[in-house]
Amino acid sequence: MKLQVLEGSQAVAQAVGLCRPQVIAAYPITPQTHIVERLSKLVADKQLECEYISVESEFSAASVVLGAAASGVRAYTATSSQGILLMSEVLYNIAGLRIPAVLTCANRAVSAPLSIWNDQQDSMAVRDSGWIQLYCASNQEAVDTSIQAFRIAERCEVPVMVCIDGFVLTHTQEPVSLPVQEQVDGFLPPYAFERSLDTASPVSHGMLVTPDYFAEVRHAHHQAMLKALSVIEEVDAEWAAISGRHCGGLVEVSGPADAEICILAMGSVLGTLYDAAEEFPELPPVRIIKLRSFRPFPVEAMQKAVKGLKELVVLERALSPGAGGIVAAEVRAALSELKQPPRVHAVAAGLGGRDIPLSIYGRLIELTKSKHAERFSIIDVDVSKLADEDR
Amino acid sequence: MEIMIEVRIHGRGGQGNVLAANLLAAAAFEEGRFSQSFPNFGAERRGAPVTAFVRLAGRPLQRHCQVLHPDCLIVQDDSLLHQPGITAGLKAGGAVLVNSRKEAGQLHIEGDYRVVAIPATDLAQEILGRPIPNTALVSAFAVLTGLVTPASVVRVLAHRFSGNILDANRQLVERASGMVEAGAWRVEA
Repeated sequence: MKLQVLEGSQAVAQAVGLCRPQVIAAYPITPQTHIVERLSKLVADKQLECEYISVESEFSAASVVLGAAASGVRAYTATSSQGILLMSEVLYNIAGLRIPAVLTCANRAVSAPLSIWNDQQDSMAVRDSGWIQLYCASNQEAVDTSIQAFRIAERCEVPVMVCIDGFVLTHTQEPVSLPVQEQVDGFLPPYAFERSLDTASPVSHGMLVTPDYFAEVRHAHHQAMLKALSVIEEVDAEWAAISGRHCGGLVEVSGPADAEICILAMGSVLGTLYDAAEEFPELPPVRIIKLRSFRPFPVEAMQKAVKGLKELVVLERALSPGAGGIVAAEVRAALSELKQPPRVHAVAAGLGGRDIPLSIYGRLIELTKSKHAERFSIIDVDVSKLADEDR
Repeated sequence: MEIMIEVRIHGRGGQGNVLAANLLAAAAFEEGRFSQSFPNFGAERRGAPVTAFVRLAGRPLQRHCQVLHPDCLIVQDDSLLHQPGITAGLKAGGAVLVNSRKEAGQLHIEGDYRVVAIPATDLAQEILGRPIPNTALVSAFAVLTGLVTPASVVRVLAHRFSGNILDANRQLVERASGMVEAGAWRVEA
């Protein structure tokens, strides 16, 4: 498994191809397009035995995936931004019916205003749809997480969304290691779905559920998500045994053990933070928490990860207007059970494709010196561009 | 190579700007360096000014931020030199390789920079029959900096091309490599 330089999208497509999906349905949208373009080529070149279905919208793409996976074949799609919003009704159905499927979200801002560039508002918009959501910090993690996603989905009967920052990862060429087919075949058994739609043994999916059972279905789904917490960790360890690479399970902690300041983030900004920690050795020691699993939300792992901290900055690439940080709100809730939780500062940055430079690291540390915890701000906003009443 | 080298490539949509970045990064990777290349993500249109970036380093690159202070520029079209801010962020003493029929001194690039010009479009037109300057520029850049050998550039091209087209590209790499002073921009390891 030697390293090769590949564009992120190409690497993800190759990894998905190694998982032998039998149905892929997709509709192109920037910045996701290169992924399914590459997959369609693998199918056309007969390197991948798969039914590739070009559909007329993302709603149809998700619907085809639902039907295919329910009928007993491994199914995959990928999308971004408006595409995931158009899919959202079907995403709830796939999850609610507990159908294992895998979707790559090449994270992009949501309109309006129209932006083709990266942030994580799109996957955040469907965070309550019942899908597992795993965020990738690098293209190598995108490769490994894509492969793990099928295993997790099929073991838990919960669909998995693999979130990779659009452009920042999808369009960056960097060294990645791709596994060989035998390794993936050994890791990922052939797809088997017990409740599959089969005329020889008919079952129904998606029937009307009266108030007598609805809460029970939701409860079971929630329990399945909580059980997925350990499955995500197990699958990461199993894949590491084969590939030699960990993705960090639920949350990955790095930095000096005695650090009292911490930055928590999801996705591609983590690499920038790791490099910044080395570039600015004069700054105080900082623990960095990579939140990989946003759904299910790893409350206990989070509580463990913040032990000994005084200050925690949650940096995110989305927001809930009128409330503030989305990830931060969940982190605060999770830590509220602790006797001495760190102060939590909530900031967003990198919205709509704004670059998050190395220098953000110092600004985030500076924030922790303030008298009051930062409730929420967009840290890289340029107020000089705003009318007085909007500042 | 302990230090990191950052390159910004200016071109026009359709000139193969991203391909130039990927070619340089892949050639450096062939020689055991870690590399990263990416476009300045935009809505590219044919003819519009575009940029792409390359990072080369002796160890894995973790950052995923833009290149703000490049060590070198590659400019695929000398008409882009009229753009204000083309050298923005370029480090003092930085190097600029321009595709131009003019001599470097006639390009009037102001500032403390080393400038080299080669007629990459003419060369590509002559050898490939197409006005695509990127391969010639990457080859010249490789030789100027000594960061990458022309042989590695050819090895990467061989992943994409074969037969007559690869032969023509090999010839282009050789000719472009010979147009510049080897090691003139050598980066100390």
